[in-house]
Amino acid sequence: MDTNNTSRKEFLATLVATGLTLAGCSAKKTPFDGIGDEHTKPSGEKVKLLSVDGEVIEVDKAFLKPVPEMPAVSNSEARIGIAGKKFVMVIDLSRCKNLKKCQEACNHMHHVHSELNWLKVYPMQEGEHTAPYWQPTTCMHCDHPPCVKVCPVDATFKRQDGIVLIDSDRCIGCRFCMAACPYSIRVFNWEKPDTLSKELCEQPYSCETSMPQKVGTVGKCDFCPDMARKNELPHCVAACPNGTFFFGDVNQDSVTNGAETFRFTDLIRDKSGYQLMDDLGTHPSVYYLPPVARNFPFEKGLENDHEKI
Amino acid sequence: MEKTTSINIEQIPVGPKVKLNGKPAQVVLTDEKIIKDLLPQKFGKKGMLWVGFLLLVCAIGLFAYIRQLKYGLIVTNMRDYASWGIYISNFVFFVAISLVGSLITAVLRLTGVHWSTPLTRIAEIIAVAAITFAAIIIIVDMGRPERFYNLGLYGRLQSPIIWDVVVITTYFFISLILLYIPLLPDMKILLANDPEKKGFFYRIYKFLGSFWKGTLLQFRISKKAINILCITIVPVAFSIHTVTSWLFATTYRPGWDSTNFGAYFISGAFLVGSGGVAVAMYVFRKFYKLENYITDLHFDKMGRIVVMLGMLYLYFNINEYMVPAFKMKKSEEAHLMGLFTGEFAPVFWTAIFGGMILPMIILLFKRGRKPFPMFVAGSMVVVGAWLKRYLIVTPTLLHPFLPMHNVPASYKHYFPSWEEWAIAFGSLAGALLIITIFARIFPIIPIQETITEQHEKNNK
Repeated sequence: MDTNNTSRKEFLATLVATGLTLAGCSAKKTPFDGIGDEHTKPSGEKVKLLSVDGEVIEVDKAFLKPVPEMPAVSNSEARIGIAGKKFVMVIDLSRCKNLKKCQEACNHMHHVHSELNWLKVYPMQEGEHTAPYWQPTTCMHCDHPPCVKVCPVDATFKRQDGIVLIDSDRCIGCRFCMAACPYSIRVFNWEKPDTLSKELCEQPYSCETSMPQKVGTVGKCDFCPDMARKNELPHCVAACPNGTFFFGDVNQDSVTNGAETFRFTDLIRDKSGYQLMDDLGTHPSVYYLPPVARNFPFEKGLENDHEKI
Repeated sequence: MEKTTSINIEQIPVGPKVKLNGKPAQVVLTDEKIIKDLLPQKFGKKGMLWVGFLLLVCAIGLFAYIRQLKYGLIVTNMRDYASWGIYISNFVFFVAISLVGSLITAVLRLTGVHWSTPLTRIAEIIAVAAITFAAIIIIVDMGRPERFYNLGLYGRLQSPIIWDVVVITTYFFISLILLYIPLLPDMKILLANDPEKKGFFYRIYKFLGSFWKGTLLQFRISKKAINILCITIVPVAFSIHTVTSWLFATTYRPGWDSTNFGAYFISGAFLVGSGGVAVAMYVFRKFYKLENYITDLHFDKMGRIVVMLGMLYLYFNINEYMVPAFKMKKSEEAHLMGLFTGEFAPVFWTAIFGGMILPMIILLFKRGRKPFPMFVAGSMVVVGAWLKRYLIVTPTLLHPFLPMHNVPASYKHYFPSWEEWAIAFGSLAGALLIITIFARIFPIIPIQETITEQHEKNNK
């Protein structure tokens, strides 16, 4: 593990240590590098800060530096998950018209290989005379995940908060999980993603951002746990102009698409929510609301469907 | 000087009328003749050509693999739907054919069948060569082969892949020992018969077998060891192919979601293995002039075994395809129709008719169980089995539950790239190379056992 990837605790400890001692603290490369060396002179202007153990401390302003991005959590923390949460997604099929803004945002934010999609929008039709509809499909983050069962090296794992993630630094690329997943949601990096910048390539891999994707390993929708840590919505949820996706926490019994918030149990009960292929015993964390009283006709979505046959 | 005589190599002249297969044999099999006939022979012109050809195919395969290591699995034509292709079907094929070692050596030995003695070593080296390349080809299929050690570091017992690693390793070592122990008495003969008493092979024999003195105690220990190994290898052999079938059957996919898969795979494995032995018998007999040792009787008996196993495998095939076809569940329909009348139909019917029904018809007739027809039927069985493994792996993957959508058109079909063909054929050539080189160094028919059996026959 790279030194950039120090755990959150360690990071906060460094913050406190730096604030209190003002001395050349750890040799580790943190955003606070350079603090305490002779080039920084105290400005005399003090600011009050709250330390992790709840004490108010005073620090000279000259020793403060903006933190551009929180460093990624450690691998062991990423494997445990966010305490007290149980994430859930609800996809309202009556609102989707295959705009694929979700897919675009997901691919862009995760730097997914240009041939691959973590989120797919399928044209579905149950029977000959039944109405077709568009079905955005993410990873189901199953509570009994078949992919996790078959993984020989614990590279894909289930967290306490319900999210199924992949450790691309450990994946051996056997693709058994892809065969096991009945939702065909997993993709494989057959080559190095063509969308990766050199800078991103050099970053250490984080299970929570699922970046950077690595050649010869499996990738998939991760429910954006890095966003959840910041109390923000997954990229697909935020990107959909029609509010198709709702994301939330079962423990709080609430889901939101950013504009509207519902009680999860009410929404599922009132709109007859269902899970995809739950007869397989996978216990998905993604629920669908049936495509009734639709906002758009199915045909509207065909304009955006550039499928070559 | 090495002593050239031992308790079992006595020079008893054999009576002129040794009966083989009910017909008087033309030759008298003395100990000297047996040893002379069965000692490993130098490669002739054809042998050299054959080895050169195999080396060339291996080299092309290696070159293709270096390209794959350099550019990633993108050089294959596998994509997200067909995420397993001919590497995995080749792996299943290798595991399948390796089961014959346990069949010929262990099952027939334990059931007191004696005619199979000359075939044991052929079967066992096929097993060792095939299982070696099964392991190699599975590493070839990995996206990150350099992380293979993760299986040791982070291995989780709940994954069928770990079960496969465990049982295949076990099977490899048992097969290797089962090849080695019966070789010890022969090693003594090889050492005694080396005219120059030096050279590379002589050193190999000496290193591997110089401790074998041929005492009664050693024979007793070796017999006991072989018996124990024969008993242990049967469940391990069943495990390797059952677990291999579970790599598929533990998933939900149409065509794989079957409770019959273990038995189906094992019956198919015994069939392809026997077919492989039939081919090897013919080739060794022809090129090493072993007509006195691999006789028409052996072909006749092996032919019967192939027919029996063919019927068994056909039975499981009917179960696997007819029962789902009778119901035609929606999720199975596209997959089954793809096999019966769709894009995989030519390969499917070739595998069923060419790899099972036709060879069985040939072998049902006494004339069909003569050496050459056996060679033809055996080859059909082996080729059909290779195709069948492909049909088990890939078509299922191309019929997922959700539609194939939002992917490039190339993702919806699969035909192996030249690199995949080169690597697959390279691995087949590699396995054949192991068998060929083994037969160059060691006697492919057990000399000591042949002599012992000849003595027993004479004493009757």
